[in-house]
Amino acid sequence: MSTASQFFHALWLSLAVSGSAALISAVIGIPLGALLSEFEFPGRKTILTIVHAFMGLPPVVVGLYTFLVIMRTGPLGSIGLEYTVTVMVIVQVILATPIVAGFTHASLSEVDSRLAMQAMSLGATRIQATIVKIRQAREGMVASVIAGFGRVIAEVGAVSIVGGAITGKTDTITTLIVKQTRLGVYTSAALLGLVLIAISILVNVFLTRLQAGKGASEIGKRVTGYSD
Amino acid sequence: MRKDYGGRTVLDIERLEVRSGETLAVLGPSGCGKSVLLRLLNLLESPTAGTILFHGEPVRGGPGNRSLDVSRRMAMVFQDPLLFRGSVEDNVGYGLKVRKVPVAERVQRARDMLDAVGLGDLLSQNVSTLSGGEAQRIAVARALVIKPEVLMLDEPFANLDPPTRHLLQEDTRSILREQGISAIFVTHDQEEAARMGDRILVMDNGKIAQEGLAREMFHEPETEFVARFMGVENILRGEIRESSEGIARVAVDGGSIEVTTDREAGRSVTLGIRPEDVTLVPVADIESRASSRNSFIGTVTAIEMRGPIARVTLACPFELVAIITWRSAVELDIETGARFGARFKAVAVVVIDDDTRLVRDINEAEGPK
Repeated sequence: MSTASQFFHALWLSLAVSGSAALISAVIGIPLGALLSEFEFPGRKTILTIVHAFMGLPPVVVGLYTFLVIMRTGPLGSIGLEYTVTVMVIVQVILATPIVAGFTHASLSEVDSRLAMQAMSLGATRIQATIVKIRQAREGMVASVIAGFGRVIAEVGAVSIVGGAITGKTDTITTLIVKQTRLGVYTSAALLGLVLIAISILVNVFLTRLQAGKGASEIGKRVTGYSD
Repeated sequence: MRKDYGGRTVLDIERLEVRSGETLAVLGPSGCGKSVLLRLLNLLESPTAGTILFHGEPVRGGPGNRSLDVSRRMAMVFQDPLLFRGSVEDNVGYGLKVRKVPVAERVQRARDMLDAVGLGDLLSQNVSTLSGGEAQRIAVARALVIKPEVLMLDEPFANLDPPTRHLLQEDTRSILREQGISAIFVTHDQEEAARMGDRILVMDNGKIAQEGLAREMFHEPETEFVARFMGVENILRGEIRESSEGIARVAVDGGSIEVTTDREAGRSVTLGIRPEDVTLVPVADIESRASSRNSFIGTVTAIEMRGPIARVTLACPFELVAIITWRSAVELDIETGARFGARFKAVAVVVIDDDTRLVRDINEAEGPK
């Protein structure tokens, strides 16, 4: 495999794995965050504490434990996930979901709680009222998913352990950078670094513009009476 | 029905009935429990003790297990418009959407409702572009479009400028009447309560202080609290000295006032006189008619100009506040320190029994000396 094709494969894989991990995290994390923010149930505070703690989970440790579970001789070894793209996505979902859930919880708690009450007084069920709040805080939702994506695309420890960083197969930009640096191929590693920085900047620009858009909606606050 | 928050009772009422088709105005100061009452009646919260009946059937409240079918026969409008993001149409159609009304019907009803409140041209506008008055009008339309049997309004017009508030009061009142909707209208403004309510209920500290027709509330308040809240500014304490044929003479600090009451002599009472009922006249007018009832001469101690009206305080020697037009204040040449006559009719005096129970409670609490 040529260096160029290795490069493009790693780039594509990084985007595909982290992108799908971010989307899956959104599907799990947004409802989880909403559940923690809008509903009272026993154990809610405990789960919230766990979610907050998991937001800063060391990727390499998550990678290690996941690997111990799915490795050929591990408890779920028979599934055959070892060194696959699938498990790379799984491990990134584990890393990104708490971030999405935590951010969702935070942005929902900033939305005027009377909005849900208003929706319910118009006949909405609790779930429908929660959807109103999620829609109201949609920039927060998008930001939470992007933050989750930003965390996993830059991460190296977990994907390299579970995926094995197999050249042309499970190598991502980050694992390739590590490899090439070890091999002394600094130019190529630095180039990959630039690509990663570019992605990171794009993500941040997107987030900032989202915040700016949110600023514009402040005008509407006076009218709608909500704070987001 | 009782409602506690963290061990503190915020609402404690024995019985309250809202009749079909009537508007009940709930009046009270901030923190008197009137908003809590609305949330309980709207089934958004559940009472700590007691039951809510809807058409005679008990219903459940609280976000988790409220009787959804019953709550869908009601709607609520809050002090802030609390519009959802999106277009005016999305907002007005929201209640219909959650009731799974088909799209075509939903759009048609939203359109008709907006036309009815005179905002048909705003249909596709984003709510962030609306003025405060328009937004609140949309909030009212959003509640009315679902044709609720009961509409709760929690100080809905408190944040609006007076002309807009007036307009919305009139519009809302006529729609409620036309459609026969029962309404509970919470406000802290006695004028608004009188304008909107078929009946008025005054709340004090989580309890019902008095309930009745607007006329009764203004002219026959049963407690000093209600009297003050209904705009009776002159409150005097006294004792009935003579009483015959429905007229009594009450001795107050520094004078004697004639009132219409059947209460017997010897009773302690509180008198209330609305400042609008007090007329100011030149001193000569009082002196020339010595026998005239409730005529006093006093010194002006304060004049407060309030736009078209003037609030004048007179020391007679008991304090008497009169509200007269700004024009008559100028014509009479009223100024601080000047001597003026004040006159009011015996029928204009509200007589409230002193709460002897309260005095006894305090004595018992203090214990034997």
